[in-house]
Amino acid sequence: MAPVRTGGDRTVRALTRQVLFAVGLPAVLLGLWWAASDGSTDPFWPPLRTILQIFPSVWTGERLRADLLPSVLRLAGGYTLAGVVGIGLGTVIGSYRGMRAFCEPVLEFLRAVPPPVLVPVIMLFAGIGDTMKIVVIASGCVWPVLLNTVEGVRAVDSVMLETARSYHVRGVGRLRNLVLPSASPQIVAGLRQALSIGIILMVISEMFAANNGIGFTVVQFQRSFAIPDMWTGILLLSLLGFLLSLAFSFAERRVLGWYHGLRASTRRS
Amino acid sequence: MRIPNIALGAAGLATFLALGEAVPRLGPVDAEYFSPPSRIAGALREELGDAAFWSALGDTLTGWVIGLGIASGAAVLCGLLITVVPFLRQVTASTIEFLRPIPSVALIPLAVLLYGSELRSVLLLVVYASFWQVLIQVLYGVQDVDPVADETARSYGLGTWARIRHVTWPTALPYVMTGIRLAAAVALVLAITAELVIGAPGLGSLIAVAQASQAVPDMYALITVTGALGLLINLGARAVERRALAWHQSVRGETVL
Repeated sequence: MAPVRTGGDRTVRALTRQVLFAVGLPAVLLGLWWAASDGSTDPFWPPLRTILQIFPSVWTGERLRADLLPSVLRLAGGYTLAGVVGIGLGTVIGSYRGMRAFCEPVLEFLRAVPPPVLVPVIMLFAGIGDTMKIVVIASGCVWPVLLNTVEGVRAVDSVMLETARSYHVRGVGRLRNLVLPSASPQIVAGLRQALSIGIILMVISEMFAANNGIGFTVVQFQRSFAIPDMWTGILLLSLLGFLLSLAFSFAERRVLGWYHGLRASTRRS
Repeated sequence: MRIPNIALGAAGLATFLALGEAVPRLGPVDAEYFSPPSRIAGALREELGDAAFWSALGDTLTGWVIGLGIASGAAVLCGLLITVVPFLRQVTASTIEFLRPIPSVALIPLAVLLYGSELRSVLLLVVYASFWQVLIQVLYGVQDVDPVADETARSYGLGTWARIRHVTWPTALPYVMTGIRLAAAVALVLAITAELVIGAPGLGSLIAVAQASQAVPDMYALITVTGALGLLINLGARAVERRALAWHQSVRGETVL
């Protein structure tokens, strides 16, 4: 019985170790922030105690519904649009060599334009409503998805393509069973890049012209010198960025589980 | 017959410009909002003759280069420090994973409060955003060190610094270069964003001014300049990368053969 117990002990100890390592430094840093800012009279650096105390009252149900929800919905809309357009166009462009060469210089240039400068342009066309924000988010997110899809589709194994041809696998079947799965690691990498661009554009588009949204509210707090409230906004944005990236990793593990497993097994052998 | 890629690319560019010219003139979209390339080129020529444009370009590049320098230097130092002490690596992993996805623009209100529309505001955002790009690459790169090489260096009695200099650094350099190339693009985006939103002097604030004064062709001209700048920075970073890693490719080539 003894070895079993030590084994169990060891897993417990390893687990505790892992948890300690994961929460240790964040706890120390928060503690330092708490201690250093406690009793701070600098208006720009309010005590962490105050910030955390007012956090629940600032971001109550009403503000969550009126500010957080519209922001997240716009992000979801723009991101989805960018994903559909990027993967769709990318598959078409990536499948034909001529098409790729034809589009490449224009795409490279359009990608090089910093996405936030498109906010003023899109405001001209789409006004300052939700449409503008969704288009802004989509127009920034689409490039990493599109270019990564082109690369992924281009790199599909030619032997597999020939095999598919000789088995008369064509059209949708070829796309679904060969091209998209083989390009999916690259596509997911593009989607990951697009996510952080999307959050940035969501905030910026709301800072420009809006009457709700997290970006808008945080700037309002800053302009009215409600400094602790502004800090809660910064914390909320940080938390949102962190949670979205966590959700993405989770989804990626589900979707690309087969791929990571394959990589791990080839590395072992 | 295969048409060479360059010709196809040029044809694509020409088609793009021709569409841009024809669509607003034929009327499906309003020419007032969507300037044809010929008018953008005219506005660009005027901008190029304007001293304000050049000083704005200088401001943007100053923020970009200082921010990128601080971020890269700090990230390389932190990365090496974290990896030399294995304990630090375990301790910092969760914190890095938490801080990395925080959107840099969340710091805009804080930057405005602390520094107003000064260069330091821009730097705060640029450094925060590009630091993580380089740091993550340094961490990956150091992980890639060949254990045999490291053990060999140890058994020859090389100290910590000598091992960093001769084993860790050459292995990590390609990763560091990739990180700096990514960070260069991010830094430009953040520099221009900060100018656009905060109003710090630079191309971004010129775009904001052009938009506010309804100078639509000038706005497009300035945006074209930012795109060209992005392309140049990317090309430049690739060239630097090839230079710095010339030895690397050749070394790899020899071992493969």
